[in-house]
Amino acid sequence: MSKPDLIIHDEKDNVGVVVIETTKKGQDCNAWIMENDKTVNVSSANDVPLGHKIALKDLKVGDTILKYGHDIGKVVKEIKKGEHVHVHNVKTKKW
Amino acid sequence: MSIPKSFLGYKRENGRAGTRNHVIILPVDDISNACAEAVANNIKGTIALPHSYGRLQFGADLELHFRTMIGTGRNPNVAAVIVIGIEPKWTKKIVDGIAETGKPVEGFHIERSGDIQTIMKASKKAQEFSMWASEKQREECPLSDLWISVKCGESDTTSGLASNPTVGNLMDKLEPLGVHLCFGETSELTGAEQVCAKRGATPEAQKKFMKTWSEYNDFILKEATDDLSESQPTAGNIAGGLTTIEEKAFGNFQKIGSRKFIDVLEPAEEPKKGKGLYFMDTSSAAAECVTLQAAGGFNIHLFPTGQGNIIGNPIEPVVKLTANPLTAKLMSEHVDCDVSKILSREMNLDQAGDKLIETTLKVANGRLTCAEALGHREFVMTKLYRSA
Repeated sequence: MSKPDLIIHDEKDNVGVVVIETTKKGQDCNAWIMENDKTVNVSSANDVPLGHKIALKDLKVGDTILKYGHDIGKVVKEIKKGEHVHVHNVKTKKW
Repeated sequence: MSIPKSFLGYKRENGRAGTRNHVIILPVDDISNACAEAVANNIKGTIALPHSYGRLQFGADLELHFRTMIGTGRNPNVAAVIVIGIEPKWTKKIVDGIAETGKPVEGFHIERSGDIQTIMKASKKAQEFSMWASEKQREECPLSDLWISVKCGESDTTSGLASNPTVGNLMDKLEPLGVHLCFGETSELTGAEQVCAKRGATPEAQKKFMKTWSEYNDFILKEATDDLSESQPTAGNIAGGLTTIEEKAFGNFQKIGSRKFIDVLEPAEEPKKGKGLYFMDTSSAAAECVTLQAAGGFNIHLFPTGQGNIIGNPIEPVVKLTANPLTAKLMSEHVDCDVSKILSREMNLDQAGDKLIETTLKVANGRLTCAEALGHREFVMTKLYRSA
Protein backbone atom coordinates (compact mmCIF):
# COMPACT_ATOMS: atom_id res chain seq x y z
CA MET A 1 0.00 0.00 0.00
CA SER A 2 1.85 3.05 -1.24
CA LYS A 3 1.37 6.58 0.07
CA PRO A 4 -1.04 8.42 -2.27
CA ASP A 5 -0.48 11.94 -3.67
CA LEU A 6 -4.20 12.41 -4.32
CA ILE A 7 -7.32 10.83 -2.85
CA ILE A 8 -10.54 10.45 -4.85
CA HIS A 9 -13.73 9.80 -2.86
CA ASP A 10 -15.88 8.07 -5.46
CA GLU A 11 -15.28 6.38 -8.80
CA LYS A 12 -17.67 8.87 -10.47
CA ASP A 13 -15.70 11.92 -9.24
CA ASN A 14 -13.94 14.15 -11.81
CA VAL A 15 -11.63 15.74 -9.20
CA GLY A 16 -9.11 14.39 -6.70
CA VAL A 17 -7.75 16.01 -3.49
CA VAL A 18 -4.03 16.62 -2.92
CA VAL A 19 -2.94 14.90 0.32
CA ILE A 20 0.77 15.73 0.23
CA GLU A 21 2.17 19.16 1.17
CA THR A 22 2.13 20.25 -2.47
CA THR A 23 2.29 18.73 -5.94
CA LYS A 24 4.89 20.08 -8.37
CA LYS A 25 4.12 21.14 -11.92
CA GLY A 26 4.53 18.09 -14.15
CA GLN A 27 4.55 15.63 -11.23
CA ASP A 28 3.08 12.22 -11.99
CA CYS A 29 0.57 11.81 -9.13
CA ASN A 30 -0.63 8.55 -7.75
CA ALA A 31 -4.34 8.85 -6.96
CA TRP A 32 -6.14 6.38 -4.69
CA ILE A 33 -9.91 5.91 -5.12
CA MET A 34 -11.37 5.27 -1.66
CA GLU A 35 -14.61 3.72 -2.88
CA ASN A 36 -13.11 0.81 -4.82
CA ASP A 37 -9.47 0.82 -3.63
CA LYS A 38 -8.18 1.29 -7.20
CA THR A 39 -5.31 3.56 -8.16
CA VAL A 40 -5.06 5.90 -11.17
CA ASN A 41 -2.36 8.32 -12.27
CA VAL A 42 -2.65 11.95 -13.27
CA SER A 43 0.00 14.52 -14.15
CA SER A 44 -0.29 17.75 -12.11
CA ALA A 45 -0.33 20.81 -14.42
CA ASN A 46 0.39 23.28 -11.58
CA ASP A 47 1.91 23.38 -8.09
CA VAL A 48 -1.21 22.47 -6.08
CA PRO A 49 -1.21 22.67 -2.25
CA LEU A 50 -2.53 20.17 0.30
CA GLY A 51 -6.31 19.93 0.35
CA HIS A 52 -6.84 21.51 -3.08
CA LYS A 53 -8.35 19.70 -6.05
CA ILE A 54 -6.98 18.54 -9.41
CA ALA A 55 -9.13 17.77 -12.47
CA LEU A 56 -9.09 14.11 -13.53
CA LYS A 57 -10.40 14.93 -17.03
CA ASP A 58 -10.91 17.89 -19.38
CA LEU A 59 -13.91 19.97 -18.30
CA LYS A 60 -15.75 22.67 -20.22
CA VAL A 61 -17.86 25.63 -19.07
CA GLY A 62 -21.20 24.43 -17.64
CA ASP A 63 -19.95 20.96 -16.72
CA THR A 64 -20.77 19.65 -13.23
CA ILE A 65 -18.00 18.93 -10.73
CA LEU A 66 -18.55 15.60 -9.01
CA LYS A 67 -17.05 14.82 -5.60
CA TYR A 68 -18.32 12.23 -3.09
CA GLY A 69 -20.20 11.08 -6.23
CA HIS A 70 -22.36 14.24 -5.87
CA ASP A 71 -22.81 17.59 -7.64
CA ILE A 72 -20.69 20.22 -5.86
CA GLY A 73 -20.85 23.06 -8.42
CA LYS A 74 -20.40 24.14 -12.03
CA VAL A 75 -17.38 24.91 -14.22
CA VAL A 76 -17.20 28.64 -15.13
CA LYS A 77 -13.83 28.57 -16.93
CA GLU A 78 -12.47 25.75 -19.03
CA ILE A 79 -10.29 23.26 -17.10
CA LYS A 80 -7.76 20.82 -18.60
CA LYS A 81 -7.00 17.44 -17.05
CA GLY A 82 -4.37 17.88 -14.32
CA GLU A 83 -5.17 21.54 -13.63
CA HIS A 84 -5.97 23.10 -10.26
CA VAL A 85 -9.76 23.25 -9.65
CA HIS A 86 -10.95 25.97 -7.26
CA VAL A 87 -12.85 29.27 -6.92
CA HIS A 88 -11.21 30.70 -10.08
CA ASN A 89 -12.88 28.13 -12.34
CA VAL A 90 -15.76 26.61 -10.33
CA LYS A 91 -18.84 28.20 -8.71
CA THR A 92 -21.68 27.00 -6.50
CA LYS A 93 -25.09 26.32 -8.06
CA LYS A 94 -26.76 27.46 -4.84
CA TRP A 95 -26.14 31.19 -4.44
CA MET B 1 -11.10 -2.77 19.95
CA SER B 2 -13.51 -3.67 22.71
CA ILE B 3 -15.34 -0.51 23.75
CA PRO B 4 -15.49 0.11 27.52
CA LYS B 5 -19.00 -0.22 28.93
CA SER B 6 -18.70 2.68 31.34
CA PHE B 7 -16.98 5.94 32.20
CA LEU B 8 -16.39 7.88 35.40
CA GLY B 9 -18.91 10.69 35.72
CA TYR B 10 -20.79 12.79 38.25
CA LYS B 11 -24.26 11.42 38.99
CA ARG B 12 -26.94 14.09 39.18
CA GLU B 13 -30.21 14.32 41.08
CA ASN B 14 -32.35 13.73 37.95
CA GLY B 15 -30.55 10.54 36.85
CA ARG B 16 -28.27 12.16 34.25
CA ALA B 17 -24.46 12.10 34.55
CA GLY B 18 -21.90 14.83 33.98
CA THR B 19 -18.38 14.67 32.60
CA ARG B 20 -17.61 17.86 34.53
CA ASN B 21 -18.60 19.33 37.91
CA HIS B 22 -18.97 23.07 37.36
CA VAL B 23 -20.59 25.61 39.66
CA ILE B 24 -21.74 28.39 37.34
CA ILE B 25 -22.70 32.01 37.92
CA LEU B 26 -25.26 32.72 35.22
CA PRO B 27 -26.21 36.31 34.33
CA VAL B 28 -29.77 36.63 33.00
CA ASP B 29 -28.86 39.71 30.96
CA ASP B 30 -25.92 41.76 29.69
CA ILE B 31 -26.05 44.33 32.51
CA SER B 32 -25.70 41.62 35.16
CA ASN B 33 -22.38 40.39 33.77
CA ALA B 34 -20.29 42.61 36.08
CA CYS B 35 -22.03 41.27 39.16
CA ALA B 36 -21.70 37.64 38.02
CA GLU B 37 -18.02 38.09 37.22
CA ALA B 38 -17.38 39.68 40.63
CA VAL B 39 -18.96 36.67 42.37
CA ALA B 40 -16.89 34.22 40.30
CA ASN B 41 -13.81 36.24 41.17
CA ASN B 42 -14.64 36.09 44.90
CA ILE B 43 -15.39 32.39 45.10
CA LYS B 44 -12.90 29.81 43.80
CA GLY B 45 -14.27 26.82 41.97
CA THR B 46 -16.99 28.84 40.21
CA ILE B 47 -17.16 30.27 36.69
CA ALA B 48 -19.18 33.18 35.34
CA LEU B 49 -20.83 32.89 31.93
CA PRO B 50 -21.08 36.46 30.65
CA HIS B 51 -22.95 37.11 27.39
CA SER B 52 -24.38 40.02 25.41
CA TYR B 53 -28.19 39.75 25.56
CA GLY B 54 -31.31 39.28 27.66
CA ARG B 55 -33.00 42.69 27.56
CA LEU B 56 -36.14 43.62 25.60
CA GLN B 57 -36.14 40.43 23.60
CA PHE B 58 -39.58 39.14 22.61
CA GLY B 59 -41.42 36.27 20.91
CA ALA B 60 -39.43 33.29 19.61
CA ASP B 61 -36.16 35.13 20.26
CA LEU B 62 -37.02 35.53 23.95
CA GLU B 63 -38.14 31.91 24.19
CA LEU B 64 -34.77 30.85 22.77
CA HIS B 65 -32.99 33.06 25.30
CA PHE B 66 -34.79 31.38 28.19
CA ARG B 67 -34.32 27.91 26.71
CA THR B 68 -30.57 28.51 26.37
CA MET B 69 -30.21 29.95 29.89
CA ILE B 70 -32.30 27.23 31.55
CA GLY B 71 -30.72 24.46 29.44
CA THR B 72 -27.23 25.61 30.36
CA GLY B 73 -28.11 25.44 34.04
CA ARG B 74 -29.77 22.04 33.61
CA ASN B 75 -26.78 20.50 31.83
CA PRO B 76 -25.44 17.58 33.92
CA ASN B 77 -21.90 18.99 33.68
CA VAL B 78 -23.17 21.70 36.04
CA ALA B 79 -23.40 20.80 39.74
CA ALA B 80 -25.03 23.99 41.03
CA VAL B 81 -26.09 27.39 39.71
CA ILE B 82 -26.27 31.00 40.91
CA VAL B 83 -28.57 33.06 38.66
CA ILE B 84 -28.19 36.86 38.72
CA GLY B 85 -30.50 39.22 36.82
CA ILE B 86 -31.48 42.86 36.96
CA GLU B 87 -35.08 42.17 37.97
CA PRO B 88 -36.80 39.33 39.85
CA LYS B 89 -39.34 37.99 37.33
CA TRP B 90 -37.09 36.70 34.53
CA THR B 91 -34.50 35.66 37.13
CA LYS B 92 -37.09 33.49 38.88
CA LYS B 93 -38.27 31.96 35.61
CA ILE B 94 -34.73 30.72 34.93
CA VAL B 95 -34.21 29.52 38.52
CA ASP B 96 -37.48 27.55 38.38
CA GLY B 97 -36.54 25.91 35.06
CA ILE B 98 -33.20 24.77 36.44
CA ALA B 99 -34.65 23.70 39.83
CA GLU B 100 -36.73 20.97 38.11
CA THR B 101 -33.54 18.92 37.84
CA GLY B 102 -33.22 18.88 41.64
CA LYS B 103 -29.78 20.51 41.61
CA PRO B 104 -28.97 23.43 43.96
CA VAL B 105 -29.88 26.75 42.33
CA GLU B 106 -30.52 30.19 43.76
CA GLY B 107 -31.43 33.49 42.10
CA PHE B 108 -30.51 37.09 42.98
CA HIS B 109 -31.70 40.34 41.44
CA ILE B 110 -29.92 43.66 41.45
CA GLU B 111 -32.76 46.22 41.34
CA ARG B 112 -33.43 47.95 44.68
CA SER B 113 -30.19 46.67 46.25
CA GLY B 114 -27.34 47.43 43.81
CA ASP B 115 -24.32 45.46 42.66
CA ILE B 116 -22.36 45.45 45.92
CA GLN B 117 -25.04 44.01 48.17
CA THR B 118 -26.03 41.49 45.47
CA ILE B 119 -22.41 40.42 45.08
CA MET B 120 -22.16 39.87 48.83
CA LYS B 121 -25.34 37.80 49.11
CA ALA B 122 -24.64 35.79 45.96
CA SER B 123 -21.02 35.18 46.98
CA LYS B 124 -22.10 33.63 50.29
CA LYS B 125 -24.39 31.22 48.47
CA ALA B 126 -21.77 30.55 45.76
CA GLN B 127 -19.22 29.63 48.45
CA GLU B 128 -21.67 27.15 49.94
CA PHE B 129 -22.35 25.62 46.48
CA SER B 130 -18.66 25.46 45.54
CA MET B 131 -17.67 23.67 48.73
CA TRP B 132 -20.65 21.31 48.46
CA ALA B 133 -19.79 20.46 44.83
CA SER B 134 -16.12 19.88 45.71
CA GLU B 135 -17.16 16.84 47.76
CA LYS B 136 -18.73 15.12 44.74
CA GLN B 137 -16.80 12.09 43.50
CA ARG B 138 -16.72 10.52 40.05
CA GLU B 139 -18.61 7.23 39.93
CA GLU B 140 -18.93 4.49 37.35
CA CYS B 141 -21.69 5.46 34.86
CA PRO B 142 -22.96 3.41 31.90
CA LEU B 143 -21.68 4.55 28.51
CA SER B 144 -25.28 5.42 27.61
CA ASP B 145 -25.01 8.39 29.99
CA LEU B 146 -22.81 10.05 27.36
CA TRP B 147 -24.65 12.62 25.27
CA ILE B 148 -22.29 13.49 22.42
CA SER B 149 -22.72 16.53 20.19
CA VAL B 150 -20.67 17.17 17.04
CA LYS B 151 -19.85 20.17 14.89
CA CYS B 152 -16.93 20.87 12.56
CA GLY B 153 -15.15 24.16 11.96
CA GLU B 154 -12.50 25.84 9.80
CA SER B 155 -13.10 22.83 7.62
CA ASP B 156 -11.05 21.99 4.57
CA THR B 157 -11.03 19.03 2.24
CA THR B 158 -9.19 16.91 4.83
CA SER B 159 -12.30 17.26 7.03
CA GLY B 160 -14.50 15.56 4.44
CA LEU B 161 -11.81 13.02 3.59
CA ALA B 162 -10.85 11.92 7.07
CA SER B 163 -11.69 13.77 10.31
CA ASN B 164 -15.46 13.98 9.71
CA PRO B 165 -15.65 10.31 8.62
CA THR B 166 -13.71 9.48 11.83
CA VAL B 167 -16.53 11.06 13.85
CA GLY B 168 -18.97 9.10 11.65
CA ASN B 169 -17.12 5.90 12.48
CA LEU B 170 -17.41 6.70 16.21
CA MET B 171 -21.15 7.33 15.79
CA ASP B 172 -21.59 4.02 13.98
CA LYS B 173 -19.83 2.24 16.86
CA LEU B 174 -21.39 4.10 19.81
CA GLU B 175 -25.00 4.58 18.72
CA PRO B 176 -25.84 0.87 19.21
CA LEU B 177 -24.55 1.22 22.81
CA GLY B 178 -27.35 3.65 23.68
CA VAL B 179 -25.68 7.06 23.62
CA HIS B 180 -27.48 10.26 22.59
CA LEU B 181 -25.92 11.99 19.56
CA CYS B 182 -26.52 15.39 17.99
CA PHE B 183 -25.46 17.20 14.81
CA GLY B 184 -26.55 20.63 13.60
CA GLU B 185 -25.36 23.38 11.22
CA THR B 186 -28.50 23.88 9.13
CA SER B 187 -26.89 26.28 6.64
CA GLU B 188 -23.87 24.05 6.07
CA LEU B 189 -26.01 21.20 4.83
CA THR B 190 -27.01 23.33 1.83
CA GLY B 191 -26.28 21.35 -1.29
CA ALA B 192 -26.59 18.05 0.58
CA GLU B 193 -30.05 18.80 2.01
CA GLN B 194 -31.91 16.19 -0.07
CA VAL B 195 -29.38 13.48 0.79
CA CYS B 196 -29.49 14.50 4.46
CA ALA B 197 -33.30 14.52 4.58
CA LYS B 198 -33.30 10.88 3.43
CA ARG B 199 -31.43 10.03 6.64
CA GLY B 200 -34.51 10.86 8.69
CA ALA B 201 -35.59 7.63 10.43
CA THR B 202 -39.29 8.38 9.85
CA PRO B 203 -41.26 10.35 7.24
CA GLU B 204 -42.06 12.88 10.01
CA ALA B 205 -38.36 13.41 10.80
CA GLN B 206 -37.62 13.80 7.06
CA LYS B 207 -40.42 16.35 6.61
CA LYS B 208 -39.39 18.25 9.74
CA PHE B 209 -35.81 18.45 8.47
CA MET B 210 -36.81 19.80 5.04
CA LYS B 211 -39.11 22.38 6.65
CA THR B 212 -36.31 23.55 8.98
CA TRP B 213 -33.74 23.70 6.19
CA SER B 214 -36.09 25.53 3.77
CA GLU B 215 -36.98 28.16 6.37
CA TYR B 216 -33.30 28.77 7.07
CA ASN B 217 -32.46 28.93 3.38
CA ASP B 218 -35.33 31.36 2.67
CA PHE B 219 -34.06 33.56 5.50
CA ILE B 220 -30.51 33.50 4.10
CA LEU B 221 -31.66 34.35 0.58
CA LYS B 222 -33.85 37.18 1.93
CA GLU B 223 -31.03 38.77 3.99
CA ALA B 224 -28.20 38.25 1.51
CA THR B 225 -27.04 41.42 -0.25
CA ASP B 226 -25.13 39.45 -2.88
CA ASP B 227 -24.23 35.78 -3.03
CA LEU B 228 -22.87 34.11 0.08
CA SER B 229 -19.61 32.99 -1.49
CA GLU B 230 -17.61 35.12 0.98
CA SER B 231 -19.26 33.62 4.09
CA GLN B 232 -20.00 30.09 2.94
CA PRO B 233 -17.41 28.75 2.37
CA THR B 234 -15.32 31.00 4.69
CA ALA B 235 -11.94 32.42 3.71
CA GLY B 236 -10.35 29.71 5.86
CA ASN B 237 -12.33 27.01 4.05
CA ILE B 238 -11.23 28.38 0.67
CA ALA B 239 -7.58 28.54 1.75
CA GLY B 240 -7.94 24.87 2.68
CA GLY B 241 -9.24 23.97 -0.77
CA LEU B 242 -13.02 23.96 -0.31
CA THR B 243 -14.60 25.65 -3.33
CA THR B 244 -18.38 25.66 -2.84
CA ILE B 245 -21.04 25.28 -0.13
CA GLU B 246 -22.10 21.99 -1.74
CA GLU B 247 -18.59 20.56 -1.34
CA LYS B 248 -18.50 21.74 2.26
CA ALA B 249 -21.95 20.25 2.94
CA PHE B 250 -21.09 16.78 1.65
CA GLY B 251 -17.93 16.87 3.79
CA ASN B 252 -19.87 18.07 6.82
CA PHE B 253 -22.44 15.32 6.40
CA GLN B 254 -19.75 12.60 6.80
CA LYS B 255 -19.88 13.22 10.57
CA ILE B 256 -23.03 11.12 11.04
CA GLY B 257 -21.55 8.00 9.46
CA SER B 258 -24.36 5.74 8.30
CA ARG B 259 -26.73 6.74 11.11
CA LYS B 260 -30.32 7.95 10.78
CA PHE B 261 -31.69 10.84 12.86
CA ILE B 262 -34.83 10.19 14.90
CA ASP B 263 -35.97 13.78 15.44
CA VAL B 264 -35.30 17.43 14.60
CA LEU B 265 -34.76 19.71 17.60
CA GLU B 266 -35.34 23.43 17.96
CA PRO B 267 -32.18 25.36 18.91
CA ALA B 268 -31.26 24.48 22.55
CA GLU B 269 -34.14 21.96 22.82
CA GLU B 270 -33.57 18.92 25.01
CA PRO B 271 -34.17 15.62 23.15
CA LYS B 272 -37.12 13.64 24.40
CA LYS B 273 -37.27 10.55 22.19
CA GLY B 274 -34.59 8.56 23.97
CA LYS B 275 -31.22 7.30 22.73
CA GLY B 276 -30.09 7.84 19.16
CA LEU B 277 -29.11 10.60 16.74
CA TYR B 278 -30.83 14.01 16.65
CA PHE B 279 -30.51 16.94 14.26
CA MET B 280 -30.63 20.37 15.94
CA ASP B 281 -31.45 23.54 13.98
CA THR B 282 -28.36 25.70 14.62
CA SER B 283 -26.18 28.32 13.02
CA SER B 284 -22.89 27.00 11.65
CA ALA B 285 -20.85 29.48 13.72
CA ALA B 286 -18.87 27.28 16.11
CA ALA B 287 -19.45 28.97 19.47
CA GLU B 288 -23.16 29.57 18.82
CA CYS B 289 -23.70 25.99 17.76
CA VAL B 290 -21.87 24.37 20.70
CA THR B 291 -23.60 26.72 23.19
CA LEU B 292 -26.99 25.56 21.84
CA GLN B 293 -26.01 21.88 21.94
CA ALA B 294 -24.74 22.22 25.53
CA ALA B 295 -28.06 23.88 26.44
CA GLY B 296 -29.80 20.86 24.88
CA GLY B 297 -28.10 18.72 27.53
CA PHE B 298 -25.12 17.28 25.64
CA ASN B 299 -22.18 16.58 27.95
CA ILE B 300 -19.22 16.04 25.60
CA HIS B 301 -18.49 17.54 22.18
CA LEU B 302 -16.43 16.30 19.22
CA PHE B 303 -15.06 18.97 16.90
CA PRO B 304 -13.20 18.01 13.71
CA THR B 305 -11.20 20.84 12.17
CA GLY B 306 -9.17 21.23 9.00
CA GLN B 307 -7.38 24.58 9.07
CA GLY B 308 -7.52 24.78 12.89
CA ASN B 309 -10.55 26.16 14.74
CA ILE B 310 -9.68 26.77 18.42
CA ILE B 311 -13.13 26.93 20.06
CA GLY B 312 -14.01 25.76 23.57
CA ASN B 313 -17.12 25.95 25.75
CA PRO B 314 -17.36 26.77 29.48
CA ILE B 315 -19.44 23.72 30.46
CA GLU B 316 -19.19 21.14 27.65
CA PRO B 317 -15.65 19.88 26.98
CA VAL B 318 -14.77 20.22 23.28
CA VAL B 319 -12.53 17.44 21.92
CA LYS B 320 -10.74 18.53 18.77
CA LEU B 321 -9.47 16.27 16.02
CA THR B 322 -7.79 16.99 12.72
CA ALA B 323 -6.64 15.05 9.69
CA ASN B 324 -4.65 17.95 8.29
CA PRO B 325 -0.97 17.12 8.93
CA LEU B 326 0.05 20.81 8.81
CA THR B 327 -2.58 21.78 11.41
CA ALA B 328 -1.55 18.84 13.61
CA LYS B 329 2.05 20.07 13.42
CA LEU B 330 1.63 23.86 13.53
CA MET B 331 -1.26 24.02 16.05
CA SER B 332 -0.56 20.95 18.16
CA GLU B 333 -1.67 22.67 21.39
CA HIS B 334 -5.23 22.70 20.02
CA VAL B 335 -5.42 19.11 18.78
CA ASP B 336 -6.67 16.38 21.15
CA CYS B 337 -6.70 13.64 18.53
CA ASP B 338 -4.48 13.57 15.42
CA VAL B 339 -5.85 11.37 12.62
CA SER B 340 -3.69 12.82 9.82
CA LYS B 341 -2.15 9.41 9.11
CA ILE B 342 -5.40 8.52 7.31
CA LEU B 343 -4.25 10.68 4.39
CA SER B 344 -1.00 8.74 4.00
CA ARG B 345 -2.92 5.48 4.46
CA GLU B 346 -0.88 4.61 7.53
CA MET B 347 -4.15 4.55 9.50
CA ASN B 348 -7.59 3.42 8.36
CA LEU B 349 -10.97 4.82 9.38
CA ASP B 350 -11.67 1.95 11.75
CA GLN B 351 -8.42 2.62 13.64
CA ALA B 352 -9.07 6.36 13.64
CA GLY B 353 -12.58 5.81 15.06
CA ASP B 354 -11.10 3.66 17.85
CA LYS B 355 -8.50 6.31 18.61
CA LEU B 356 -11.23 8.96 18.87
CA ILE B 357 -13.34 6.75 21.17
CA GLU B 358 -10.30 6.34 23.41
CA THR B 359 -9.70 10.12 23.52
CA THR B 360 -13.41 10.81 24.12
CA LEU B 361 -13.52 8.44 27.09
CA LYS B 362 -10.34 9.90 28.61
CA VAL B 363 -11.94 13.34 28.44
CA ALA B 364 -15.26 12.02 29.77
CA ASN B 365 -13.30 10.57 32.71
CA GLY B 366 -11.80 13.95 33.48
CA ARG B 367 -8.76 14.59 31.28
CA LEU B 368 -8.72 18.27 30.29
CA THR B 369 -9.22 19.05 26.61
CA CYS B 370 -6.73 21.33 24.86
CA ALA B 371 -9.40 24.06 24.82
CA GLU B 372 -9.99 23.70 28.58
CA ALA B 373 -6.26 23.83 29.33
CA LEU B 374 -5.96 26.95 27.16
CA GLY B 375 -8.92 28.64 28.86
CA HIS B 376 -11.36 28.69 25.94
CA ARG B 377 -14.85 29.40 27.33
CA GLU B 378 -16.82 30.71 24.37
CA PHE B 379 -20.42 31.11 25.53
CA VAL B 380 -22.42 32.73 22.73
CA MET B 381 -26.16 33.18 22.69
CA THR B 382 -28.00 32.84 19.38
CA LYS B 383 -30.15 35.88 18.65
CA LEU B 384 -32.92 35.49 16.08
CA TYR B 385 -33.73 39.17 15.43
CA ARG B 386 -33.56 42.74 16.81
CA SER B 387 -34.88 43.48 20.30
CA ALA B 388 -37.94 45.64 20.92
